[in-house]
Amino acid sequence: MITINNLTKKFGRKRVLNNVSLEIPSGKIVAIAGPNGSGKTTLIKSILGLVKFHTGTVLINDVNISEDISYRNLIGYMPQIAKYPENLTVNEIISLIYKIRRPSVNSSLTDLIAKFNIGGYLDFQLKNLSGGTRQKVSAILSFMVDSQILILDEPTTGLDPVSSAKLKELIREYKLLGKTVIIISHIMSEVSEIADEIIYILDGDILIHKNIEVFIKENNSSNLEAAINFAVSNN
Amino acid sequence: MIKNIITYQLKDLLRSKWILFYGAFFYLITEILLQFSGNESKSVIGILNMCLILVPVISIIYGSIYVYNSREFIELMLTQPIKRFSLYVGLYFGLAIPMALMFVLGVGIPLVIFNPSMFFLYFYLLISGTLITFSYIGIAFLISFLLDDKAKGIGACFLFWMLTAIFYDGLIMFLIWKFEEYPLEVPIIISAILNPIDSARVMVMLKLDIAALLGYTGAVFEKFFGTAMGLVISISSLLFYIITSFYLGLKVFLRKDF
Repeated sequence: MITINNLTKKFGRKRVLNNVSLEIPSGKIVAIAGPNGSGKTTLIKSILGLVKFHTGTVLINDVNISEDISYRNLIGYMPQIAKYPENLTVNEIISLIYKIRRPSVNSSLTDLIAKFNIGGYLDFQLKNLSGGTRQKVSAILSFMVDSQILILDEPTTGLDPVSSAKLKELIREYKLLGKTVIIISHIMSEVSEIADEIIYILDGDILIHKNIEVFIKENNSSNLEAAINFAVSNN
Repeated sequence: MIKNIITYQLKDLLRSKWILFYGAFFYLITEILLQFSGNESKSVIGILNMCLILVPVISIIYGSIYVYNSREFIELMLTQPIKRFSLYVGLYFGLAIPMALMFVLGVGIPLVIFNPSMFFLYFYLLISGTLITFSYIGIAFLISFLLDDKAKGIGACFLFWMLTAIFYDGLIMFLIWKFEEYPLEVPIIISAILNPIDSARVMVMLKLDIAALLGYTGAVFEKFFGTAMGLVISISSLLFYIITSFYLGLKVFLRKDF
């Protein structure tokens, strides 16, 4: 479980996160959405420890992340842009993460490689891979670790439909194992398809944090996009 | 953990065409200078001047580009259970070691083949290039982690190189001319210690022991400290530069938002 209390982050004079408090329970798929510059990436980066926040606390399973880096053993992260040292081979980048996370690497690495169909690329240097194949490598790096929390930033960007479907299947499997999945996405149809809850951030404040089905019904809308549009317009 | 990061950085960079080209370029230029300069001292002076101009500018610009291009990789690594200190050390040595290695091989191999008996003279030339590589990569890291904007960061690195490699000597000469009636030995020694390129130049010139080529700074160094002490001081000032830039860069990295 992730608990965020009164989180504030400023860049210069601009407040990017405004006293944000929320709880993300285990065993849920939670989508974070919002316009560009709304603070969603900063919120995720605060959880990942990439950003030093000014006030507030982030607790993961009741452990304050500012005091201990061992919580990162619980997290798998798939960045939006898969850009790694370009002269390393796919095998080498996997083995680097393997060495760092050895105790928590799960046994499904071979299955993941087969699932994303990159067995033939293992000896290729990363610079010689297409954007989509790099994204698949990125997915493998995040799913190969047996983490309690998975954070995916625009995970299906650049993926072909088959790989995208496989990734969504994996995300659902993770949920069934009682793990927490956080997804940043701009594609609302995708969010409704796989997520249980939506967090909508606007100008550093959490405007919406609800179960998706309930939220759509409450706003008498046919889909999530229309419901968000309605809620934002009436705010 | 640091060992793992350095190992993978080395695997990456030692396959880079740019790094290999860097080594090959020094090899070629050294070979040309040795073959066509007439005498060995002149060749070594030519190689030294080439090193003092090219090693700092290539180290600082390549170091800066490396930091900006590694941003997504750094972010990925920081989401792993790795201390920021370990990652910084890994990135720094992962770049500085292959660059210094290419310089040493590129310049050292033709020199040793040309005249193995002069190895101790070349040794100081290779040490000066290596220390300059580490200094300017440290400064590149400091500037590039301070400035988020890639164009501004690379521009600031280039400006720093211009200041230390080109304008600094002009400024010192101007001050010497302006205040020639005053005792200037101590300010000149301090000015040389403050500039890593001057320190490296003095270090090699003292070892070469060619009075005419020592220059004013070198002559003051020799007069004040003698050759041995002058060498110790110039090496210490380069080490001070490396440690200070590394420490300041690390401080920035530890607090930085990615």
